[in-house]
Amino acid sequence: MSATAGPRASGGEQEANPLNILLESGDPAGSSGYEQHPPRMGFFTDTSLCIGCKACEVACKEWNAVPEDGLNWTGNSHDNSGGLGADTWRHVAFVEQRVAVGEHEPNFQHLPAAGGDGADGFRWLMASDVCKHCTHAACLDVCPTGAIFRTEFGTVVVQQDICNGCGYCVPACPYGVLDKREDDGRIFKCTLCYDRLGAGQEPACAKACPTDSIQFGELDELRARAAGRVEQLQQAGVVQARLYGESPDDGVGGDGAFFLLLDEPEAYGLPPDPIVTTRDLPRMWRNVGLAAGALLAGAVASFAGARR
Amino acid sequence: MSEAEVTRDGLQGVRPGREARTWSQRDAAAGSRDGRAGARRRRRGREDEFASYYGKPIINLPVWEERDIAGYLFAGGLAGASSILAAGGELSARPRLARRCKLCASAALGVSLAALVHDLGRPERFLNMLRVFKPTSPMSVGSWLLGAYGPLNAAATASDVLGVAPRAGSAASVGAGALGAGVASYTGALIANTAVPAWHAGHRELPFLFVGSAASAAGGFALLAAPAQESAPARRMAIVGSAAELVAERLMERRLGMVAQALHEGSAGKRLKAAKALTAGGALGAAALAPRSRLAAALSGAALLAGSALTRFGLFEAGMASARDPKYTVEPQRERLRERTQATAAT
Repeated sequence: MSATAGPRASGGEQEANPLNILLESGDPAGSSGYEQHPPRMGFFTDTSLCIGCKACEVACKEWNAVPEDGLNWTGNSHDNSGGLGADTWRHVAFVEQRVAVGEHEPNFQHLPAAGGDGADGFRWLMASDVCKHCTHAACLDVCPTGAIFRTEFGTVVVQQDICNGCGYCVPACPYGVLDKREDDGRIFKCTLCYDRLGAGQEPACAKACPTDSIQFGELDELRARAAGRVEQLQQAGVVQARLYGESPDDGVGGDGAFFLLLDEPEAYGLPPDPIVTTRDLPRMWRNVGLAAGALLAGAVASFAGARR
Repeated sequence: MSEAEVTRDGLQGVRPGREARTWSQRDAAAGSRDGRAGARRRRRGREDEFASYYGKPIINLPVWEERDIAGYLFAGGLAGASSILAAGGELSARPRLARRCKLCASAALGVSLAALVHDLGRPERFLNMLRVFKPTSPMSVGSWLLGAYGPLNAAATASDVLGVAPRAGSAASVGAGALGAGVASYTGALIANTAVPAWHAGHRELPFLFVGSAASAAGGFALLAAPAQESAPARRMAIVGSAAELVAERLMERRLGMVAQALHEGSAGKRLKAAKALTAGGALGAAALAPRSRLAAALSGAALLAGSALTRFGLFEAGMASARDPKYTVEPQRERLRERTQATAAT
């Protein structure tokens, strides 16, 4: 079962959203006003190939001059950067699981317990997480300064000379990608190496990945490739293999950076069914208007009937 | 590939022979995908365990300071509703009620603006808020709203206190009252338009809850500060506002489902419980005792103000708590997926 299978509507309360033209288009660059634009670019991160080397984390830091993100030991397997944030734009998750394992499982050690059928093995899932560059990006919608913008490649980038550190995008992101750099005050996240893309180069993390777990390219091509890969894994008996974020029908209109996972998304710290909250904003604005009207009406009634 | 695993209990495991079966083959034979042990045990019913990533939050926690932003939610609401009372006092010839409410609105607005600018990572760039107007961003809409409301409010107050340009001052006061309703209600959308589970799940009720809380606070202030012969409308507004706040909160709790836990536990739970008691007590006092006793009116007003503040700080903390624990993010989403799968299966 794909975590993102099925129609986007949840609870049958979907409404047309006049506020956000992006919600009606699978072409984010085009609907952001680029008349001539290159194809939408993105990442396909195939976690079945990840060996947890963290070359992506290092390459990202080197290229983008991202400061260190805390020299500490978390005790959570080999993960010492914790999660995505202002100073961690690629994050390699290490999931240790006691499971019964198979002969051809990726990322496992073949260790059935001694004595009996228990088949108690150990599986190590590694996954390099990154900004999803959503089709309908909540961070971009809520940014009050216009600092966050859509590039011609369909990616989402924060302009550091505009951002005033209001922090609205931080809780708006359903994936927990953006965060404030405390000593700086502004918000930082993955740019999908906008500078490298402009020069016709692939992003630093994809360039550095030694196993091609991180694949960069045109999103349409990546989606086709991912569909083939998941089928290949399924046929090889890896029934847990599923794509995450590839479907344009999910709650964010599909991710520009999507994944092949070997377990439920939440095991990797990913939300199982993320939505862009802006899609509920028309109803919120309507209720804001009704509430303001009710307040004024209540005040009028309070004055109209009051004794002197 | 190593042959054995070192555990706390010593060396375990031997290399299996070629006949070792894979779990996928075994599960395929058993016709079950949930048959594997260890990683994830699912029970039937609502109490599902879910795999989390070391218990870490899924979303990043809001970086807003509680004192600044929860404080703004309270002060902004108080300012907006006070401006409405001031406009009402202006139009119904209750000059002392009007003046005190204008002063209250100006002070609360001053506190609000200071808190909002202080909370920015780059306070010197606060004017960037007015670079663009984006209806998709409640913060952008709110910035423009405050940008219009603030000067009107200041003009109305200055005209009243200094006694200059009374007609323009009255017009400004009415304008500030009209915009004040927006200032009091938009903050509901401001916090609801985030992935914070307790805030977003309450997006239908929050604007109503917040205007109720604002009316309760402004009415409470007027009970405390305005003379008894002019405060009757404020008293009525406080009672109606408190009732609206309590009803909206009840409806919101019912809608939240399991996320409502975040409103009942920890310091958020304590604050919201105290807020309800103060709001209900203040409203009862305003209804029953305030007309008879100046002291009772003042105490009721103070209770209403404290109740409104605690509501805002309680809901702020409830949102933070719901962001901290991944279960509030994962379980409702899992439930949504289950419903969708069932709906797809049914058709």
